Amino acid sequence: MTARTLPGNKKPLNWKKHLARYGAFYLMLIIPMAILIIFKYYPMYGIQIAFKNYRITQPMEQASWAGLKYFEKFFTYRKFGQIVWNTLAINLYSLATFPLSLILALMLTHLPFRRFVKAVQNASYIPHFISIVVLCSMVLQFTNPRNGLFNIILGVFGVEPINFMAQKEYFYSLYVWSGVWQQLGYNSIIYIAALAGVSPELHEAAIVDGAGIVKRIWHVDIPSILPTFMILLIMRCGSLLSVGFEKVILLQNSLNKEVSEVIASYSYNISLNSGSPQFAYSSAVGLFTSLINVIMLVSVNWLSKKLTSNSIW
Amino acid sequence: MDATKKLVQKKHKENKFLWYGKSDWAFIIVDMIILAIFFVVIIYPLLYVLMSSVSAGNVLSLSLIPKKISWDGYTSVFAYPFTWGSIGNAVLYTAVGTALAMIVTILCAYGLAQDFPFGKFCMTLCLITMYFGGGLIPTYICIKNMGLLNSMWAFLLPSALSIYNMTVMRTYFRTQIPQELHESAQIDGCGEWRYLVQMVLPLSGAVLAVIALYYGVARWNSYFDSMIYLQDKDKLPLQNIMRELLIVGNIENMTSDMEAEAIAQQRAELLKYSLIVISSVPMMIIYPFVQKFFVKGVMVGSVKG
Repeated sequence: MTARTLPGNKKPLNWKKHLARYGAFYLMLIIPMAILIIFKYYPMYGIQIAFKNYRITQPMEQASWAGLKYFEKFFTYRKFGQIVWNTLAINLYSLATFPLSLILALMLTHLPFRRFVKAVQNASYIPHFISIVVLCSMVLQFTNPRNGLFNIILGVFGVEPINFMAQKEYFYSLYVWSGVWQQLGYNSIIYIAALAGVSPELHEAAIVDGAGIVKRIWHVDIPSILPTFMILLIMRCGSLLSVGFEKVILLQNSLNKEVSEVIASYSYNISLNSGSPQFAYSSAVGLFTSLINVIMLVSVNWLSKKLTSNSIW
Repeated sequence: MDATKKLVQKKHKENKFLWYGKSDWAFIIVDMIILAIFFVVIIYPLLYVLMSSVSAGNVLSLSLIPKKISWDGYTSVFAYPFTWGSIGNAVLYTAVGTALAMIVTILCAYGLAQDFPFGKFCMTLCLITMYFGGGLIPTYICIKNMGLLNSMWAFLLPSALSIYNMTVMRTYFRTQIPQELHESAQIDGCGEWRYLVQMVLPLSGAVLAVIALYYGVARWNSYFDSMIYLQDKDKLPLQNIMRELLIVGNIENMTSDMEAEAIAQQRAELLKYSLIVISSVPMMIIYPFVQKFFVKGVMVGSVKG
């Protein structure tokens, strides 16, 4: 990377010269930093309400301290275990589908028929452009017990219609696989790019040595893109407790709430989606998630650094 | 010249197939079959929705050919009083939001592409927010204290700076714009602002297109922030109206399941499929033009800067 200073300017400048040289950049950064501080850092300051007896009608500085009351309330809530378990279950299930995009990329790059590959690739990106509302309404339409696509297909095989949205055991699969359908192609782009960067000489040498495609995938491709894979995996683990709850609250109904309530949707349901919003309690629940996520990110990063010497910082 | 090139290509192609052994062909055949199934799994539901939206009468058969074409779904969607207004809102929010986000992101990315102490400090400020944030309620209270509730700025301003997009753009500025250009412009007496507008931006067409698309698609498709911050129904964008009609309405239909309502039910189904198609049409129209850019954007983003 080239240094963005003029040659010969090694010595630190006095402030007048510094301003003359960099003043424009300070000006450029004013608006972005103002947005960052107001909309990202001020809410972090607002986390204090998780420890206060806060009501929405008063300024948060005036509220009295409540200590860890709301955290205790959450930990002793009778559905605490269930909610945490649901969150982990959804996440571990989707984490299990994480290598699929790598597999898709490998399948695409080792096929010699370029036109076919291009067609599959272009089709696979389309669902990425569909909004989450549309995706969830497609899920609801297709799982409709009377005339949904899934039940029509099941009917061909003589299976009785199933009311998927009303039965708990299908919720996770619907959630995870609709996500895979939407994002698999898009997520594979980064691996395809990484695989294109693998030196062709390695492949040629392997071919001369008599290695077939499977052997080349195993001994050339996988080692070459392991760093990319590990970094993406670490980033993914950093959000282990933060399920994309925008999708959860769209798919949630009274019949599947027992399995679909995750920490983030609970935090939303007891505050903004409730007749008597509990803002302080909800913030405490949200803070709990953030803290676990940061701890996860740091520890998985540390583990990866030890085991594979890949890390994000 | 052309003939030799073709010959080389042909030779190359022959060679390519030559070095495949028996097990390789087995791999290729299995691979082809799986990818063909994958292709159908991706495309079939989309076509099913499209054909369902124009299929009169009962359920669409699996062959995707409607018995009779009907535009009832579309006419009833546009007869719904909030449809046009919400489309207008969605277009407004997407246009204003994308323009605002581009200005803020360009300023931030270019400022942070420079090496000076304050810039490094600001970069750290940006990166922290990628891993830690205030969360739902503190953010809501912040918006409320700013007096932005029930206005589009409540969600356009916070989403004006996506750190991920900014980092992609910054990486592009640092690696793709030659440093010599900056030096020669300075010698010619060109100020930083003018250099940014007249030199850097025209040279960054590809990355600007990608980032604008990222912002535009995200804004058009989002529903959650407009749902919690907007109170007046006539301010809601299309996605929120869709949510009310498709998702909230769906549960009511599930409970009031009566034979007599069959016809009204069919109409409602038609309407739902039509609405899905209408809201996705803008994305599907731009898709062929942008998919190349999207791929490029992901690749620029993967270069660490």
